[in-house]
Amino acid sequence: MTGMMIRNEATVASASWFLASARERLTGILDPGSFVEFLPPSERVRSPHLAQFDLPAAFDDGMIVGRGRLDGRDVLVAAQEGQFMGGTFAEVSGGKLLGLIRAAIADPDLPRSILLLLDSGGVRLQEANAGELAVAEVMRAIVEARSAGVAVVALVGGRAGAFGGAGLTAATCSRIAISEQGRLGVTGPEVIETNQGVEEFDSQDKALVWSVTGGRSRRLIGGADAYAEDTMTGFRAAALALLDSPPPFDLLTLQAEQERLAERHALFGACESAVEMWGILGIADPEAVRDMDDAAFVAIAAGVKGMDHDAR
Amino acid sequence: MTLDDILANLFPAGHDVAAGPDRLILGTGRRRNGGTVQVIGIADGEPLGIAGVLPLAERVLRVIAAGDGAPILVMVDTCGQRMARRDEMLGLNEYLAHLAKCLRLASWHGYPTVGLNYGKAAAGAFLATALATDILVALPGAEPAVMDLPSMARVTKLPEDTLRALSRTTPVFAPGLAAMAEVGAVAEVWDPRQPLDAQFEATLANVPGHDVRDALGAARGGRRLTADLVRRVAAQATGGAHVAAS
Amino acid sequence: MITLTLRYTTRAPMPGNARRALVGVVASGNLEVLLERTLPDTECAVEIATPVRGYDEVWTAVLADFVERASPGGLRISINDSGARPDTVALRLMQGARLMEATR
Repeated sequence: MTGMMIRNEATVASASWFLASARERLTGILDPGSFVEFLPPSERVRSPHLAQFDLPAAFDDGMIVGRGRLDGRDVLVAAQEGQFMGGTFAEVSGGKLLGLIRAAIADPDLPRSILLLLDSGGVRLQEANAGELAVAEVMRAIVEARSAGVAVVALVGGRAGAFGGAGLTAATCSRIAISEQGRLGVTGPEVIETNQGVEEFDSQDKALVWSVTGGRSRRLIGGADAYAEDTMTGFRAAALALLDSPPPFDLLTLQAEQERLAERHALFGACESAVEMWGILGIADPEAVRDMDDAAFVAIAAGVKGMDHDAR
Repeated sequence: MTLDDILANLFPAGHDVAAGPDRLILGTGRRRNGGTVQVIGIADGEPLGIAGVLPLAERVLRVIAAGDGAPILVMVDTCGQRMARRDEMLGLNEYLAHLAKCLRLASWHGYPTVGLNYGKAAAGAFLATALATDILVALPGAEPAVMDLPSMARVTKLPEDTLRALSRTTPVFAPGLAAMAEVGAVAEVWDPRQPLDAQFEATLANVPGHDVRDALGAARGGRRLTADLVRRVAAQATGGAHVAAS
Repeated sequence: MITLTLRYTTRAPMPGNARRALVGVVASGNLEVLLERTLPDTECAVEIATPVRGYDEVWTAVLADFVERASPGGLRISINDSGARPDTVALRLMQGARLMEATR
């Protein structure tokens, strides 16, 4: 044990994943008392680059890495703190995550499962090169870990979503779980609007933003492998369901992914809206997807073709 | 150098590589030793979207399936990923990651992969292509960057002049080739006055068997922390339960 | 960024036996507070890193009040501030003290 105490009033099982901090999520998802942190805050591994931008550093650089147990199973874990610098990949945060995954590759005695609690806008611009390169290193390490038989599961449901390098990182993992509030993509709506104009993407239109990048659409089109309720128990259950039988990282898997992505492009390439895509998927009342509760969504999603696959 | 100049210089024994109307680079070059090089890439600063990823990834998968072990050269001049609502709606993150994974799989199967940045390279398109190779080289004049300074100024809400001043001293942050080399992303910068085919062969002979970019960044002083952090996390992870220093 | 260091002699050691605690996050209007039981029983040292200038007196007042209320003897307290209001600072300090008071 690191002996690190954290606030625990918000980590009851029904607490919102979206609203929780990264540490609360770890406490909420792992078996009680099982979390052991590597390079904990007391070691003060901070970014040396933020001060020149007059920005405060954090004692963990917004990246918490360690190990714990999930329903009795040993797992390695990494969690991004989306409230600190948008959970961004940077020199320290990226190095910690890279170290964790490389340790799993090098030491077969370490747990054969890694949970990535992603909550990140992508690369930290104040450390842009280090952050970008960290993502590249992490993506490479993830596929090497997968080749070594490690299941790498991404959990997406935090306030910063998983964009930019975090979006690519998620799609490099063996599996992805996402909640209704989870958002997954590359370029965020604000950046598209700034660069391409409001007629391309109105970032103020919350319903539009949600339909394009949100968890339900991602799950329906096979961009995520499990749909989690926005609670600690919800993500715990989703993670457990995804840890077993991850797709192998091999030619057959990537050929299947090629086919899957080409098919998606052919099927939805002309769609103007996500609702149109959901209609093509055979959902009787696609307009209703937005407002139904989680149980109703899971029920109508159950029959959708192509949603469950090993092509990742 | 134009793409055609580079290709002619790289493959004096001949090639059929060209950029199509979609600005995707596809083709095969001949090596001096008679072997072939599979070439994929993106030209003219074109953004990489889902329509661009599919043929490039398909080519890489076909090369792997063919099983001849030929090197793969990834030539990159792209302003970044396509910024469009529809690409995002269809899951561009999966497409870009798919291309990166295909390149990593090629390496895993013994195909050396070399990235050549000869123009722009940015953001998600950079991760999907050149940064997913075994070794990345560049030609002088290449402009790798995560984001240009004016865009960065908008996002960080810092004055552009401040950013420009900082970019002169801080390789972890500065856009451009020199900084990307210092942090370890770009392994070598080729000399355009010397024959490129010989430099390509020399690069191929130097393809590292594992990811050395953290060590390179430390050795060059542009990214001093990563390699050390990787070691420290591994030491605590493999040392069993971490005993906190009191 | 500026750094403030404050030192106190407390009337008693911090109760409980938790060795360290972390509360809050570094986010706009918020702060993180790391508390570590590493000092002699009646000493308390506080180090504050903040981008906000000109609030030394406010920090001094908030910390003095906290030391008076919680008697955090033995604690090294390290703060990364991101423009938190004094009431938020006071709240985080008390949350941290509560965690350190835990006995196990």
